[in-house]
Amino acid sequence: MSFNKRYKEMEMGAVIPACTGLEFKTGDWRTQRPVIDYKKCVECLICWALCPDSAIVRKGTKVEVNYDYCKGCGICSVECPAKAIAMKREEV
Amino acid sequence: MTKRDYKPLAKLADLPEENRLVSGHRMCAGCGPAIIGRLATLAVPDKPIVINATGCLEVGTTFYPYTSWAVPWAHVTFENAAAVASGVVEALDKLSKEGRAKDAPVIAFGGDGGTFDIGLQALSGALERGHRFLYICYDNEAYANTGVQRSGATPFGAATTTSPAGKVIPGKQEWKKDLVGIVAAHHIPYAATSSIAYYRDFINKVRKALSQDGPSFIHVFAPCTFGWRFDTSQTIQLAKLIVDTRIFPVFEIENGTLKINFKVPNPKPVEEYLKTQRRFAHLFKPENKHLIELIQKNTNENWERLLRMEAAGKIF
Amino acid sequence: MATVQEARQKMMELTGDQAIAYGAKQAGIDFIAAYPITPQTIIVEKLSEYLADGVIDAKYINVESEHSAMSVVIGASLAGARGFTATSSQGLMLMFEELAVASGMRQPVVMAVAMRALSAPINIHCDHSDFLSTRDQGWVMMMAENAQEAYDQTIMAFKIGEDPSVQLPVMYSIDAFIITHNMENVYTLPDETVSGYLGVRKPIHRLDPDNPMTFGPLALYDSYFEFRRQQHDAMMNAYRVTKDVFVDYERMSGRKYSPLKNYMTDDADVLVFAAASTVGTARQAVRKLREEGVKAGVSGLTMLRPFPVPEVIETFSKVKAVAVLERMASLGSPAGPHYMDLASAVYPQLDVRMYDFVYGLGGRDIDSQMIARCAKTALSDAEHKRPNEVRFLGVRE
Repeated sequence: MSFNKRYKEMEMGAVIPACTGLEFKTGDWRTQRPVIDYKKCVECLICWALCPDSAIVRKGTKVEVNYDYCKGCGICSVECPAKAIAMKREEV
Repeated sequence: MTKRDYKPLAKLADLPEENRLVSGHRMCAGCGPAIIGRLATLAVPDKPIVINATGCLEVGTTFYPYTSWAVPWAHVTFENAAAVASGVVEALDKLSKEGRAKDAPVIAFGGDGGTFDIGLQALSGALERGHRFLYICYDNEAYANTGVQRSGATPFGAATTTSPAGKVIPGKQEWKKDLVGIVAAHHIPYAATSSIAYYRDFINKVRKALSQDGPSFIHVFAPCTFGWRFDTSQTIQLAKLIVDTRIFPVFEIENGTLKINFKVPNPKPVEEYLKTQRRFAHLFKPENKHLIELIQKNTNENWERLLRMEAAGKIF
Repeated sequence: MATVQEARQKMMELTGDQAIAYGAKQAGIDFIAAYPITPQTIIVEKLSEYLADGVIDAKYINVESEHSAMSVVIGASLAGARGFTATSSQGLMLMFEELAVASGMRQPVVMAVAMRALSAPINIHCDHSDFLSTRDQGWVMMMAENAQEAYDQTIMAFKIGEDPSVQLPVMYSIDAFIITHNMENVYTLPDETVSGYLGVRKPIHRLDPDNPMTFGPLALYDSYFEFRRQQHDAMMNAYRVTKDVFVDYERMSGRKYSPLKNYMTDDADVLVFAAASTVGTARQAVRKLREEGVKAGVSGLTMLRPFPVPEVIETFSKVKAVAVLERMASLGSPAGPHYMDLASAVYPQLDVRMYDFVYGLGGRDIDSQMIARCAKTALSDAEHKRPNEVRFLGVRE
């Protein structure tokens, strides 16, 4: 990843404003994706809490996978107490 | 000093919805420290200020011009997270009284390398001086960020890139340093261990720690899928297994009195845990079986020792 | 005799260390990190006395090493505080890692250095090797000749570092024992003058929950170089800002500062170049030389970084020879640190001949006769067009 700003255009001392990392989509890292079966989901929020990448988005107690960032680690699938998340291989 | 009193949370839904460690960071899929960074900063309603030592959590999340932190965050060098945090805490105390800054809880993160080894001096000084901050050591039992070299926290028998399992020497020959013991000997209000498999325990310990009027310390076990060689989906399972084998006891020391939080009435044998990671694979060779017995013996002795400490009342 | 401005100032009897502590007390520092090392100890002890008596309202942290001293000051600065610390010799070496960090993170912390020899062998006496070893780490650096200058530079340092176009850490130095522990008459400004001049620190960025920012990220090969380039600009700005601060300071105190302190240089054939307390001894040598008919002058260095190239070229253009006195042996280098700075400044514009003399290491004394001999040697060597060779003064060879 390179960019072309000149030194005067860059922040003094490499200070960065919050959350610029959201521009970097890590979704292309994964080889498998979690799929939530909402009929089984009990809205416990465990998948949201344990996702290392904050890739499970939470609205109240409702959850949804953000495939822009999900790296396909599979933790949500293993930890879901309702067995509501299945990991599906990504198509090549 | 701003009064802080965070009561334990009942449910995950009570946590803030908006993340403080956001998506887009470069840590591995299934990274234990990433979960710790997320949950620790989310544990209290007030946005904490984070001081981060060099290591996976720092390098993986801040990469000019990208940063994955939604809270004020600073990295200085490898060994001085506790010293930098000391400066921040005291400066904020003065500046907030003068209306020149807003006070906030301060959390310092250091890996096992940056805490057990190179950061031990700065940590000791900060604890002795009694600054009001929480130091979280996320322990993935090696210098993971530089290629998984051994640290003072690497367990006995583990293979790392500087303590490989070879024909003559079967992995690390030294036992893990008892860091929480060292920390508690500084007579701080609160020191604890935790495991992210028991996320409610971890979150509430962060809340309790940030409610103290002095320094607090949490040693949290952080499985490393890349360093230990296990499937990315097993991070939480391993964090549970190490507690269930009593290898990593979960306890807290509050004002000098130790209390074991999970008694683990039916502990699993250490093999159950050791067999899940390739870094211990060499221990299962016939000539190394005695090493597994040693690990089991050490685990049992350590547990007995903790029980005696718990029974002894105020010991620090 | 006192100038009009000095009449309004308080004349105090202070050692170099005490003068620095007094200046720091007046400068409205928010935060002090203290770790003792001879001969800086009096600075931190005096500051703790001020604290215990309620004279200053600052956070005073007794750290467990000099590395942590610089680390806590950087932390305090990131939170928005005005930070100060002091050290010497081995302490400066221990915090060496954090020096480039303070500069790279653009934190305008201020540090006083009592210049003392480096181990090994261990030695607590005057020697510039510690201070001069840090000259590439990105700090603005000044050298004080006596306790008066130490007091003055303490105040000026904050003004220079905190300037919006600079935002760099500032170091300044005094000679171990010769200045740190010797009592002099020091004119001190009224408290309100100093606090009026410096005000309260206004950081450009700080750790603020209402405006969260990330400090100290990883910067790869596609951005790191640009940040260093920014620091170069800041250092060049520091040259202009320091001279502006000198002008302000003269207005407030009546004392004139300049990057190079010139004495009898206008018609000189040979110059003695020196730094710190040796400048005073050199002036004595030069007066003697003048009596003997040798047209000698002294150029004393005040501003080490940024190096005052225009002043050096202007001063050296009029002379035939320069005897450069160094209190550091830059082992293996073609010449000592001052010589290398000077030679880079004057080459190729001037063809003045300069000769390097290493003196005073580990506190070995230097007197005006030795300096006078150097000046004569330099003049004679220049006449015979001899090349430079590093010579040692006062060592048993």
